[in-house]
Amino acid sequence: MTEQEQGFLEYVQSGGQVETDDWMPDEYRARLRKFIEMHGNSELMGVLPEREWILRAPTLQRKLALTAKVQDEVGHSQLIYRVVEDMGKPRAQCLADLVSGKSKFHNVFHYPTKTWGDVGVIAWLVDAAAIISQKALLKCSYAPYARIMKKICWEESFHILHGRDVILTLMNGTDDQRGLVQEALDRWWGPLMQFHGNPIPADEDPMLLWRIKSQGNDEARQQFLDGYVPQIRELGLTVPDPELRKDEETGRWHYTEPDWDELMSVVTGHGPKTEDRLDLRRQARENSAWVRSVLLAA
Amino acid sequence: MIYEVFRQERKGQAFQHAGSVEAADEHFAESYAREQFGRRGESVALWVVERGSIMRIEEFVDELNRNYHRVDGYPLKEKLKEARERAVARDR
Repeated sequence: MTEQEQGFLEYVQSGGQVETDDWMPDEYRARLRKFIEMHGNSELMGVLPEREWILRAPTLQRKLALTAKVQDEVGHSQLIYRVVEDMGKPRAQCLADLVSGKSKFHNVFHYPTKTWGDVGVIAWLVDAAAIISQKALLKCSYAPYARIMKKICWEESFHILHGRDVILTLMNGTDDQRGLVQEALDRWWGPLMQFHGNPIPADEDPMLLWRIKSQGNDEARQQFLDGYVPQIRELGLTVPDPELRKDEETGRWHYTEPDWDELMSVVTGHGPKTEDRLDLRRQARENSAWVRSVLLAA
Repeated sequence: MIYEVFRQERKGQAFQHAGSVEAADEHFAESYAREQFGRRGESVALWVVERGSIMRIEEFVDELNRNYHRVDGYPLKEKLKEARERAVARDR
């Protein structure tokens, strides 16, 4: 590491923030851009599982709320791709790399949504897991990203409200409705536990070292379990992990080791719905090409 | 084109940078800015400015060392300490 890189590292580690035009080490820039781009991809791909339910939403109110959530998430991807663009990679290139499978998106968006119960679990628990990671980005050493996270976190908190409302309505309904929620929880628990990634010791995690993230993977997962396991249980739902318990002495949760092979396979493009969703994105991109060309020619 | 968007949260408050939108022209920039930064009632006003129209100043060279404009031109702490010691010595 050069003296300049060392100085930069000390600067970010002491809480310093960096702007787009500031000097930054190549490694920092590369990691940062890849991370932010993946976040942008995830916001965009994340609407597809929910989009499948807009036409099948049980009431008009739910249809409107779901449509609004989809709009929010696409808006987030626009804002995030703007940050990536200012770092030198055009949005069109991000989208091309996304549909060709060259860049990645979050594991949870590679799975099918079987019932309306899945929609509730996604909006409540997937968004809850996401907001934990996103809140930790409010302190990101890259200031343009940290600033935009403020708006994103604020909107995500609406989605959790929406998700809780869907779940509570189902839980107060019939046995069949409660069954839908439990089945959806059983399906989503594995991907949820993989969501924050495999534990990496703090001093070996380059994302923490450069203060791109301010929280380790397992720390985020512990925070998720702390916040949400009691909420899940108080509704009479069962978390499908017999090993799950909190060690009252250490304050840490014990759980069955998440399936890291599944995570790796899914995020590298081998999830159950990866191909379908990328196909849909490809088609949407082709079908809207004429709109872009007309707008840009204007 | 990139348009920078500034938003005012409540009347009387300062405008703050909110983010940017990419748009073909001002017309689209207005509609994107409204959607991104105004649809939840989070703003009472927006300023939308094409990025190239913003003048940016980052260097503040003070060739004449005009420290009388700044706090560091008035080293009151040391002077006060000296004055107090002087007063104590005089009273003694």
